[in-house]
Amino acid sequence: MNRYYWILGAFAALVVLLAVGLNLNPRDVPSPLVGKPAPAFRLAVLNQPGQTMGPEDMKGKVWLLNVWASWCVSCREEHPVLVEFSRRGSGTPVVGLNYKELRGDGAIDMRRVPAEQEVPLALERANGWLQAHGDPYLLTVMDIDGRVGIDYGVYGVPETYVIDKNGIIRMKHTGPVSPQVLGEKILPLVAELNK
Amino acid sequence: MKLFSCLIFLLGLLSGPVFATATNEAAVADDPVAEKRLQELSKELRCLVCQNETIAGSNAELAVDLRREIRGMIRDGRSDNEILDFMVSRYGDFVLYRPPVKGITILLWAGPIALLLIGLLVMRSYLKRRNSRVASNSPLSAEETRRAEALLKEIEDK
Repeated sequence: MNRYYWILGAFAALVVLLAVGLNLNPRDVPSPLVGKPAPAFRLAVLNQPGQTMGPEDMKGKVWLLNVWASWCVSCREEHPVLVEFSRRGSGTPVVGLNYKELRGDGAIDMRRVPAEQEVPLALERANGWLQAHGDPYLLTVMDIDGRVGIDYGVYGVPETYVIDKNGIIRMKHTGPVSPQVLGEKILPLVAELNK
Repeated sequence: MKLFSCLIFLLGLLSGPVFATATNEAAVADDPVAEKRLQELSKELRCLVCQNETIAGSNAELAVDLRREIRGMIRDGRSDNEILDFMVSRYGDFVLYRPPVKGITILLWAGPIALLLIGLLVMRSYLKRRNSRVASNSPLSAEETRRAEALLKEIEDK
């Protein structure tokens, strides 16, 4: 009889192990960038010809960097959350990083896009999307070739980074920002960092 | 999109050589040594979009970008370790197909060996117990022997 308890116990342990393991989100890869300075960049600002922007311009502020693209389906899901967030006037700036607007779109054959057409086309598409869905961003910078995305370890759009006053990345969220993630994780952290 | 590129890759796998994808790109093919290094390095790196593929095998956008990035670094004369560090500092240990041995991965590396040892210990104690049970079975007493013989005889007589 004793032995059966033993087997039952081992089985229960296995069930618990599998239940926990299978419920983990494999997309939740911890970012090594948390606690490190936000990688530097200088990128063109959408709708402000000639203007560039980089993380050092945000020194002294707690801000969010949100990676998006018009071809990204999940971005459509999170966008209303961000629009609502900026409309409520929380005072926390959200900078948009448009990631590979054209090159990331699987539906576009880049071989058919003339090189000199790429940037204007990307700007047009990004603008069209913001007009259609609302623009929650302080400004949007254009990562045309995805180089900056690589520096930030972007592997699935959308991604959102919380960056503190000293330019240190404090959190990375992969996937759409839900009202829950915003309310329970991002906002408390922002409030904490603003103290 | 991700699913789509994974599917495309699977189709590619079914229809031809796996590395056909890599040769489609403008390669450092004029330098076979560099191309070989690229292949070796790509096999060490996980494509984070199609999580169970290497960068060498995946046709996902990001994998293509990262191969391009590795090519650039090889051209710049960076060492293999520098290139792997570049990837780990951005995507974490998860990007390595062979995770490094350290605190958090110790269960991963030592787990199978630990399970094997536990199994061996359990087997040993089981065998020991069984042996002692067999050994303690004392032979029949004189009375029992007489009874057993009587029974056997009865059967023979029938």
